[in-house]
This record gives sequence, structure tokens and C-alpha cells, in this order.
Amino acid sequence: MPRLARLYLKSAFAYLLLAFTVDGLALLPGLRARPVWAVVRPTWWHLFLVGWVTQMIFGAAYWMFPIVGHGPTKRGDERPVWAAWGLLNGGLLLRTVSEPWQALHPGGLAAAGLVAAAWLQWAAGVAFVVHIWPRIRGWYRGPRPREA
Amino acid sequence: MPRVSRWYVRTAWAHFLVAITWGALLLTYKAWPGLGAWVWRLRGWHIEALLVGWGTQMILGVLFWWLPKLPGGVSRGPQAPVWLAYGLLNAGVAAVVVAHTWGWGDGLRWGRALEMLAGLTFAVNAWPRIRPLVRAPARPRRTSP
Repeated sequence: MPRLARLYLKSAFAYLLLAFTVDGLALLPGLRARPVWAVVRPTWWHLFLVGWVTQMIFGAAYWMFPIVGHGPTKRGDERPVWAAWGLLNGGLLLRTVSEPWQALHPGGLAAAGLVAAAWLQWAAGVAFVVHIWPRIRGWYRGPRPREA
Repeated sequence: MPRVSRWYVRTAWAHFLVAITWGALLLTYKAWPGLGAWVWRLRGWHIEALLVGWGTQMILGVLFWWLPKLPGGVSRGPQAPVWLAYGLLNAGVAAVVVAHTWGWGDGLRWGRALEMLAGLTFAVNAWPRIRPLVRAPARPRRTSP
């Protein structure tokens, strides 16, 4: 498994742990019924669906989709995948802080942070699609390095 | 990756791009409600495109590609049900999106019914392929004369 895929998968597992920890805390007596859970719930969903599910799909797709050549660049340009990892995790962590903050004390830095988080995550998705689109293809049958 | 899988996977990523764009707008709306209440109507589209249009469609496309081939190790089975499932699934997503976004009352029922049919139709191909992977016996090595 390539290094970048390992990074995605390990980050995904970290978010799974974080999401279930947040959910577990909410099960403490009386906490789920409190307004704080309503504030945290959208963030929890996205920790699970973006941090865990999306990141796992990105990592597995980067690893398993058909290659486009041979040698170190056989998976194509890796820069968008690195960018997507940074943008996704930066955006999601920023969201984890700014979304509950905005719900409790709207405006100012919280609002700016939330908007930044939104478009950082969007940019992560776009960057990953830029990388993966040319890899949605049949098996590579081009020349091997020796033959090239 | 076979052609039908490429259709599933490309369509899935297209849904993904739409879903994350609406998601970013929804989050921006939380910070700047002045953006307009119309943004909130995209919430159903965002969820449907992400969970069914992207997630489910990606899983189905990759399943057709990765599940073991039928006995003999050559064929992935009949492709007609897989193509039909592709049409039904995307028609279902479209109906649910119209229902959520423009308030078509029956759209939700029609959409879910189409999505259920898509799942059943896809299973016609996938079910017999859920079996142990049996590799063809290795060909004997050629020895130099």
C-alpha cells in the first residue's frame, strides 16, 4: 500500500475513533437531551462521514484504481492527492471548532472560520477528483519501463 | 475497470462534486444567513447526492468490477441488469432531489421505489458472484529446450 494511501487510512481511523468518542460522550446521562448535543450533532455527522467514510474512500481509490503508467508516477500526479489530504483535514478540524462556536456565539471569527472550513473541504474534494478522473479507465496496457 | 463500472464511478464522482458544492454553500449559509433561505432547500439534495448518488453508486460500480467472476473465471455475468440498475438508481436520485428541492410530494415515494428496484436489479448480477475466489490452475512453465 503506498505511503499516501496509508496516511489517508490512518487519518480515517483517527476520525472514526474521534466520532465515536464524541457520540459516546453524548450518551452520558442526560447529555443527549441537552441543547449542547443539538449544537454538536452536525459536526459529529461530518466527523463520521467526511473524516471516516470519505477519507477511507479517497485512500482506497488512490490505492486501487487503475494506474496510468509505470514506475514512480504510475498513479499519475500525486500533488492534488497531497493537497486534498491537507485541505480535507484542515477544513474538517476548523469546522469541528468553528461550527459549535458559531452556533453558540454567532459572528466574527467563528463565522469566518466556518466559511473557510466549508470551502477548504470543497477544495479538497475538487483536488481529489482532478487526480482520480483520468484513472477511471481500463487496465493500463502501455509499455513497461524496459520497453519504453 | 470494465466500461459499466466506469459509468457508475464517473457518475458517482459527478454527484460528489455537486454534493460538496451544496455542502459548502449550506455551511456558508450557517455563517452568513444573508445568503438567502433558498440555500437551505439544497440540504436534501446534498444528503441524497452524497449517500446514494456518490456512496452507493461508487460501491456498486466497484463491486461489479471486483466481485469474483463466474465459474470459468472469464465472465462477470449478464451486464443488462447492471445497466438497468444504473438507470434506475440515477432516476431515483433525480426524483428524490426534485422532491426535496422543489417540493414534488410523490417524488420521494417514486425515488425510493426506483432506488429499491435498482438494488434488486443489481443483485441479479452480483448475487451469484458472491462466492469464493477460485483461481484458474497455473499454466505449466515452459522449459527451455
